[in-house]
Amino acid sequence: MNPINLHDKAQWVWRETLAIHRHAPETRLASALSAIEVCVALYYGGILRHNPSDPLDEARDRCIISKGHGSICLYPILADLGYFSPDALQHVCEAGSFLGGIPDPIIPGYETVNGSLGHGLGVAAGIALALKTKGSDRHVFVIVGDGELHEGACWEAIMFAAHHHLDNLHLIVDNNRISMLGHTDDIVSHDDLSMRLSAFGWCCDTVDGHDVEAVQTILWQQKSHVVGQPTALIANTLKGRGVPGLENAPLSHILNPKPVVLDELLEKAP
Amino acid sequence: MMPRAMRDAFLEKIWQSMERDASLFFVSADFGSPVLDKIRADYPDRFVNVGIAEQNLINVSAGLALEGYTVFAYAIASFITMRCYEQTRVNLALLSEVRPMNVNLIGVGAGYSYAMSGPTHQCYEDITLMRALPNFQLLSPADHITAGQLFTQCVSQSGPKYLRFDAQTLPVLYAEELPDGQAGFHVHRTGRRICLIATGYMVHTALEVAGQLVAAGQSVGVIDLFNLTHCDLDKLEKTLSPYAGLISLEEGFRGRGGLDALLVELTTQRDWGKKLLGLGVEPGYRFELGSRTELHEQVGIGVQSALQRIRDFTRTL
Repeated sequence: MNPINLHDKAQWVWRETLAIHRHAPETRLASALSAIEVCVALYYGGILRHNPSDPLDEARDRCIISKGHGSICLYPILADLGYFSPDALQHVCEAGSFLGGIPDPIIPGYETVNGSLGHGLGVAAGIALALKTKGSDRHVFVIVGDGELHEGACWEAIMFAAHHHLDNLHLIVDNNRISMLGHTDDIVSHDDLSMRLSAFGWCCDTVDGHDVEAVQTILWQQKSHVVGQPTALIANTLKGRGVPGLENAPLSHILNPKPVVLDELLEKAP
Repeated sequence: MMPRAMRDAFLEKIWQSMERDASLFFVSADFGSPVLDKIRADYPDRFVNVGIAEQNLINVSAGLALEGYTVFAYAIASFITMRCYEQTRVNLALLSEVRPMNVNLIGVGAGYSYAMSGPTHQCYEDITLMRALPNFQLLSPADHITAGQLFTQCVSQSGPKYLRFDAQTLPVLYAEELPDGQAGFHVHRTGRRICLIATGYMVHTALEVAGQLVAAGQSVGVIDLFNLTHCDLDKLEKTLSPYAGLISLEEGFRGRGGLDALLVELTTQRDWGKKLLGLGVEPGYRFELGSRTELHEQVGIGVQSALQRIRDFTRTL
């Protein structure tokens, strides 16, 4: 039983993410809107063991945000959970703020450098191997975008993790199927990503990435059922979800809604 | 004392320490050595071969280091520096700015040490590239004694490091007196007018060149600069104060940001007021095969080429 209504929390994060972008148009809104439910399930759904008062607590599960640019939705979540003051959200992308357009590990709750894509999964695999070697039962979650999987380094890590049976490693693909210049299927397709990852030795599930309770349920199952394989969750999502003109638009990555549109959406939002 | 390969001397220290230090972890990109076989056999839980995958070598090493392991990542020099440069920049140089990490990149095959393998395996750019990364230490020993001595420093000092090892077994330079690890350089010969400052294999060339110059009546100093990023600059300045001219010798491209650039920077920043001569590889890629000595003469860093350039330079002082 969830003490928190995850659906309501996701709606709140959607609104807060829009508000951040309204203030800081340098942030990548569309990419962040597709990852909201995944982040809500991880942080409010009891999946991650974490400690806001000691972000690098040895007893934490590690969460690597590899698609850093598309994780502005995590700012309100981390503030809400006590990693830093919510007041900081009023200063995103301002000079002197620690909250930039692309999150860095100076932000409490972020583990690694995220601005360049294709790095997180390999680093996460190293962390997972270290935890196993140390005899730790902690887990490593890593969020990547599907466009990011064009980076060859990701596949080096995918082969490595399967070979070493890193069943404490959990990949979540924010599968919005759009990168900067259009649909990934029109660029270099990874159609049926689940089949591809399975062929590499991963245990894969697919989910509607905006059904927060379904995401929570599958993540919990993946974390609980250790099968000697790393797990992947293909979260099918919509880039720019809920914003007219942005949602699933091929160029949504680089489109910014007009302030008046954002104001109207924020006014109407529950 | 019998000379050894630098990697064998360094890896021997790792192997000897792994039993008492459970924090040591070795990661290879499918690259070996006889001593590595002992590490693989005796400590299989702290040895991993990522395969021919240098990007993953760096990323996995970064992850291990974030969890507290002191990591040694091992591959051919040109590959560990260039194939995965952005992984090194982001996950070692940049991340170590905010997270404590100890990752030691061991690159084997500096300069022309893989003489017969051609330009993919020869490495003339690594000093420039690794020197460009803040937070990195760049360590370039000239014999196996120095390489072995660097192990202690690698374990005790946090942060990312690049160890630039020769693939060949080089003559022993420090059979009697150990190199000064604190200073990061060692004075082999003291002179008055010119000083040769060399790193790696080129220290041996510098000593031969200096021997001939001294025999011809010149007063020449020779310094082995084996820490190219964190040497004791005040001590170096004092050491170099008697000389009118400084000559760098490196097995790397001339005029591309390597050891010659380091001396230009130090001379201008610290107002040394000395004339400089940079001896390095003539920029360009060559496919001709030859012995290292022959190749060095072709690209301008052989003993005879160096002697000619130095004689010309000395006349201008």
